[in-house]
Amino acid sequence: MGKDSDQTRSQSGISRRNFIGTLGAGALGAAVAGPGTATTQEAQSAADGHLVVALRVNGRQVRAAIEPRHTLLEVLRDQLELTGTKPGCARGECGACSVLMDGVPRYSCMTLAAEADGHEITTVEGVMQGEELGHVQQAFVEHDAFQCGYCTPGQVMAAEGLLRRSPNPSIEEIQEGMSGNLCRCGAYAHIFKAVSRAAELKRGGEV
Amino acid sequence: MKLEDFRQKQAEKAASQEELRRALESEFQIIGRRLRRTDGLAKATGRAVYTDDISLPGMLHGKILRSPHPHARIVSIDVSAALELEGVHAIITGSDMPVPYGIIPWTRDEYPLCVDKVRHVGDGVAAVAAVDEESAERAIGLIDVEYEVLPYHLDPEAALEDPDTPIHEPRRPGENGNVSKHVHLEFGEVDRLLAESDVIVEGEYYFEGTTHTPIEPHCAIAHFDPGGKLTVWSATQVPHYLHRELARVLDIDVAKVRVVQPPVGGAFGGKSEPFDLEFCVAKLAMITGRPVKILYTREEVFYAHRGRHPMLMRYKTGASKDGRIEAVDARTILDGGGYSSFGLVTTYYSGQLITAPYQMQSYRFDSTRVYTNKPCCGPKRGHGSVQPRFAIEVQLDKIAESLQMDPIELRRRNLLGTDTRTVNEFRVISNGFPQCLEAVERASSWRDKYRKLPYGRGVGVAGSCYISGTNYPIYPNEMPQSAVQLQVDRSGRVAVFCGASEIGQGSDSMLAYIVSEELGVPIDYVRIQSADTDLTPVDLGAYSSRVTFMCGNACIDAARKIKRQVRDAVAEAWGCRPQHVALAGGWAFDRSDTERKLPISEAFNLAEAKFGALGSMGSYNTPKDIHGDYRGGTIGSSPAYSFTAHVAEVSVDPETGFVEVGKIWIAHDCGRALNPILVEGQMEGSAYMGFAEAIMEAHVFKDSGLHNAPSLLDYKIPTSLDTPELESLIIESLDPEGPYGAKEAGEGPLHPSIPAIANAIYDAVGVRMDRLPFTPPRVWAALRERGRLEAAGQLTPWKERSAISQLTAVGD
Repeated sequence: MGKDSDQTRSQSGISRRNFIGTLGAGALGAAVAGPGTATTQEAQSAADGHLVVALRVNGRQVRAAIEPRHTLLEVLRDQLELTGTKPGCARGECGACSVLMDGVPRYSCMTLAAEADGHEITTVEGVMQGEELGHVQQAFVEHDAFQCGYCTPGQVMAAEGLLRRSPNPSIEEIQEGMSGNLCRCGAYAHIFKAVSRAAELKRGGEV
Repeated sequence: MKLEDFRQKQAEKAASQEELRRALESEFQIIGRRLRRTDGLAKATGRAVYTDDISLPGMLHGKILRSPHPHARIVSIDVSAALELEGVHAIITGSDMPVPYGIIPWTRDEYPLCVDKVRHVGDGVAAVAAVDEESAERAIGLIDVEYEVLPYHLDPEAALEDPDTPIHEPRRPGENGNVSKHVHLEFGEVDRLLAESDVIVEGEYYFEGTTHTPIEPHCAIAHFDPGGKLTVWSATQVPHYLHRELARVLDIDVAKVRVVQPPVGGAFGGKSEPFDLEFCVAKLAMITGRPVKILYTREEVFYAHRGRHPMLMRYKTGASKDGRIEAVDARTILDGGGYSSFGLVTTYYSGQLITAPYQMQSYRFDSTRVYTNKPCCGPKRGHGSVQPRFAIEVQLDKIAESLQMDPIELRRRNLLGTDTRTVNEFRVISNGFPQCLEAVERASSWRDKYRKLPYGRGVGVAGSCYISGTNYPIYPNEMPQSAVQLQVDRSGRVAVFCGASEIGQGSDSMLAYIVSEELGVPIDYVRIQSADTDLTPVDLGAYSSRVTFMCGNACIDAARKIKRQVRDAVAEAWGCRPQHVALAGGWAFDRSDTERKLPISEAFNLAEAKFGALGSMGSYNTPKDIHGDYRGGTIGSSPAYSFTAHVAEVSVDPETGFVEVGKIWIAHDCGRALNPILVEGQMEGSAYMGFAEAIMEAHVFKDSGLHNAPSLLDYKIPTSLDTPELESLIIESLDPEGPYGAKEAGEGPLHPSIPAIANAIYDAVGVRMDRLPFTPPRVWAALRERGRLEAAGQLTPWKERSAISQLTAVGD
């Protein structure tokens, strides 16, 4: 029941795929315009039912042409190719897709990309300091705070958010602060130790 | 000695003289040390590439249309409207792949997409490939399927009694099409010994089904090249079996199929057989000429299931007055769901795997797996034996109670011992169960707590045993179960090629530790290429706790072949005996003079000059005379068995029935702990999962056949706040056949959590929880019933239990 694939591709439709293709790298590359600055492209995209959002992702300005229904998770993974952020449930239940928005943990699957317009997003790729591990990552490695590793980027971001809010958390705060991120390998005890250690590292403890 | 520049740099990083002297004094340099995982950096930085992270040029996305009916005949499928939708490239239905498949070669009873009828809600009917997921999703909504709805069964006992509503056609005329498998085995004189027993305890136990819920949903990508070669990337635990089934079902030369398994984001048994998406992406890629990806939704993961079978277990256990287990008589109904999956094995395991760690004078089991119109059950961590382990350990607690004996003492009176055979004739060599019991008894302060804690608090104990791999592969053959290939580079780097599946348990790390131990190279000189059927020799997969035992042995075999060559070559250069040459810490050095040494890369070069390119193959196969000579006697036999004991401490709120598990002490005999950190991780992960099954998980279905709650909000798995404190106590009873004496650690430690918690609830409030999970309504109802009996004077108030119990104390 195959169908000539060229037929689909030749249609000058308004699918997301075609649209993004015509925009080329410009839509995703660094832009100088600040949030909310209208451009010709933006006007056009609005006419096609698309939006252009301007995000600051891991310290860099990026623009992405999106449909209003697209989640931040989809934009991060599919358009920006930041695949460290993981899909686990796509409905805010597991936490694998956690990122920071303006320093606060968010489920990126439950955040519309349009909501993130103009905001500062940090993903697991953004907590590295060059090729140096971030403090939380360092602590996770030290304490073997994962097994399969799939929930780990989300755990790292949840810990990062927790420690920004509370630099010296008690064990109860850690358990509470990490409770939005499921780990099915059951590595919680290691995760708790890693978060305590990360707090120590962030406070300037011995690396 | 003048070294080349790069060797000089290597030498500077290698072990010091002092470290080399110390190395001579210890048996191992790497094995047994608390080392980090080799994949830790990739995982902590988000750079580990899982299947869904892969994107190929021109890749299409697939979706599968699933049945809304639990049981229906497919009358017709009209895909014409869906094919017209923009962005749709191809649609396939059951008739495109009408070849039945199944992980067990004798019970192939499902199709990649249903051919004649659907057998559960969520059964796949058609698959679409389109430019994106949204288009594919829209297209499946336009496919028109006409069903003839059939009567259906969700209850296995009802299905068993109604052969006129067959879920599958009977295999032979006159047989019941709803019986998936029946096993009846008897060892010793059960009826006579029951009649002679001083105490007989009868119980009916119900283990609610549970499912794996890995955080990574199943995902597969296929690429079909013009030369006719099919490549499938999949989040699978069994690339080798998938390889074979893809070739068979799609009718492609098996030599033209390649399966690549990227790191898997959790599996727990839930990815240990082929799934519909793998066949669908392959077929759609072949039709469209474009790569195709399918990622299950979370809801699809719940419907794909293959999780723990619900089991209804009726047990009769007889014991002598001094606590000896005389007879165990078990009758079990397994709710299999719509297909066979591993069910043949599960049915055997439900009886075969509980004959240790206790000696039984006689044993009989009768297990029947029944088809029902629900998603298919299969293997979940502790395959087939977690359910009966619950029953048997609670039975023992009841016997101890009726004999007024400490339950740890009762278990001590039935120890199986070492170098022995179980009642069903499995060979057991190493056995650290007595030490496990002692460890949890001491660590938990058992003697100060059992029957002594205030009302509402209690402790419970349970033991278990599990296999380190199955003695026989899934399809009959005489070839090795696992193979490893090593290739040594002039730089000192060692590449390891192995079919083993890294699913989070640490198998890649284990391989690196072994190579580093044997060849003396730093761990970061070891590169692991695992689970790519084009590149790696066969390992049968990450199931039945087989990888460390089998793959570890294969890796040692391969490494020692190279080690011999390196030592010979260095010995020749030095004019000494090869036994004097040691490899450790990045050096080849002289045991009698640690000042005489070469960087390991230099030593490898000497060996390459002497013997030619350095590489080796190693393999492992199981011994074949370690089980009974009866039909089914091979199923459940293993080259080595792990042993576990748990003590759980709980608090029960008598007002609400809410059970809080405060702590679980886990003692596990894993042979030698190759890396104690990884072993502890497996022990804690297992106990966590067992705790979850005891307290909160229930994989249940509505009367309509719909899943009750296919989401991670409603199907409750523990968060960081729910998980109790877990204390791991490693017991090492070195097994003569394990790699350095190692046995399994990934599944065994799950088993006792559930009965230990059940027994602790009894100690706390005096109610027996014989049905899982122990949710507040159930516990509350049991408390109410006990309260009623106490008020009627039929039971002594449990609050006075310490006064009423006159235990046979330990050592009496």
